[in-house]
Parts: sequence; structure tokens; C-alpha cells
Amino acid sequence: MITTTHYLVLSLILFTLGVVGLMVRRNFITVLMCIELMLNAANLNFIAFSRQLGDLTGQVFAVFVITIAAAEAAIGLGIIVALVRLKQTTDLDRVNVMEG
Amino acid sequence: MSWFLVHFAQLVFYVMASCVIAGAVGVIAFRSPVHAALSLLASFLGVAGLFVLLEAEFLAAVQVLVYAGGVMVLFLFVIMLVKARAIPREPQYVNRLVPAAVGLGVVLALLLGAGMWASVTGAPADAAALQRVAGAQLGNTEAVGWSLYRDYLLPFEVVSIVLLVAMIGAIVLGRKEPGKEGRA
Repeated sequence: MITTTHYLVLSLILFTLGVVGLMVRRNFITVLMCIELMLNAANLNFIAFSRQLGDLTGQVFAVFVITIAAAEAAIGLGIIVALVRLKQTTDLDRVNVMEG
Repeated sequence: MSWFLVHFAQLVFYVMASCVIAGAVGVIAFRSPVHAALSLLASFLGVAGLFVLLEAEFLAAVQVLVYAGGVMVLFLFVIMLVKARAIPREPQYVNRLVPAAVGLGVVLALLLGAGMWASVTGAPADAAALQRVAGAQLGNTEAVGWSLYRDYLLPFEVVSIVLLVAMIGAIVLGRKEPGKEGRA
């Protein structure tokens, strides 16, 4: 029997992997992918609770999360293109102009 | 045969869950961004399968279309667009951050786990509520549509404006600066 807790633990693992990837990687493109992983974990939680409580609100908000994730990916990748044009790199460690 | 039917959902769950986790680990572990993107695709598809298992068929379709179709193509396009030498070649782990990242991950896992432990005490839904979620005639898509356009119309419109802003922003960011033609 697969319970809601199974899904919550899976989404917990997924979110934690996303955070670890966010800190460990320094390629901007991979960092964006890790953010997508974290948003997916949130969606999994929303839908698991929607099922647990028999309430559609979770699924509606998962639709919103997917929309925001798509917008975020478009903006992030636009920033990458602009960054490569400016500094010829996607290495986050080399993007430190604002440090003064 | 009946054993198989009883345990089929479990089997699907564990296959999909291992697909999701292996994909996520691949995103972190692969050095090549193309490999990471394909690994992310496996993770997305696993999540879509889990949505089907959770009887959210509409969300599963949206997940495949938007993530596996749209976002993934966008990622691959940008990886191809960016010159190969722009992507950091050096060992990609920032060594001094790895202990901090693992420590933060453990702390976060404990915190989230504690929160979930506290939250999964509500009683499961009754049959009538599950029926409402499944949709009366046309299935889950109908039910989500009713909820989205009746109860959450204003958030829906706001989100569509967010999408418009993101689209304009992406166009502005991707445009060449006037007077700097020929760089890029």
C-alpha cells in the first residue's frame, strides 16, 4: 500500500537533492535545472495532499507552479544568453562584478 | 495473478520513484550539461508517472507537455547556443562548499521530515471527496477545469500576466544591444 507518506518522503529526497545541487554546481545552466527539481518536489507534495484530502486545490496550485516554473526557465535562460554575450562564460564563480 | 494486481501500484511507484531519484542524482553528478538535461528529463517523466498514480491525469499530461516538451527543449537550445568553451571545464565541484551543502541538505531533510511528520495526521478523504476529484463525467481534466475557471479565476488571470511579463522579459534579455552589433 502506497501512502501519502511515501510521496512526501520521495518529494523530500527530491527537494534536498535540488538544494545540494544548487550549492555544489557552479554552472548556471545546471543550477537552473536544480531549481526545476525543487519545483517538481513541491508539485509532488501538492498533488499527494490533494489526493490525501480529496481536495482539488492542490492540483490547481500545481498548475500555477508549473506556469511559474516555465516563466522562470525562460527568464533564466534569457539571462544565460545575455551573460554569455557579456562575459563569455556560464561559470557562476566568475560572475562577480557587483562585488565591487 | 491477483498478487500481481494487488502489488502493481507499489511496483509502479517504486520504479517511478527510482527513476525520479536517479534522474535528480544525474543532474547533480553529470559534468556535461547535455547529460544533465537528459537526466532531468528522466526525472520529469518519472514525476509524470507518479501524477498518474495519484490520479491527477491532467497534471501528468501538462507535466509531459510543458516540462518534457517545452522547458527541456529550451534548456537544450540554450546549451547548444552557448559556445562550448563558455561552459566551465574545470572540475565542477566547489570543494569547500561540498561539506556545507551536504550538511545543509541533512538539516533541511530533518526539518522537512519533522514538518511532514506533523502534517500527515489529517484523516484521509472520504469516497465522495475522491469522486469529486476524479470528476463526474469527463474525468480529472473536467474537475480541474471547473475548479480553475470558477474558484481560481483571478489567480489564473494573474498567472497569465506573469507569463506575458516573462515572455517580454526573455525577448528583452535575448535582444542584441543597439550599437553593440557583431559581439555575441
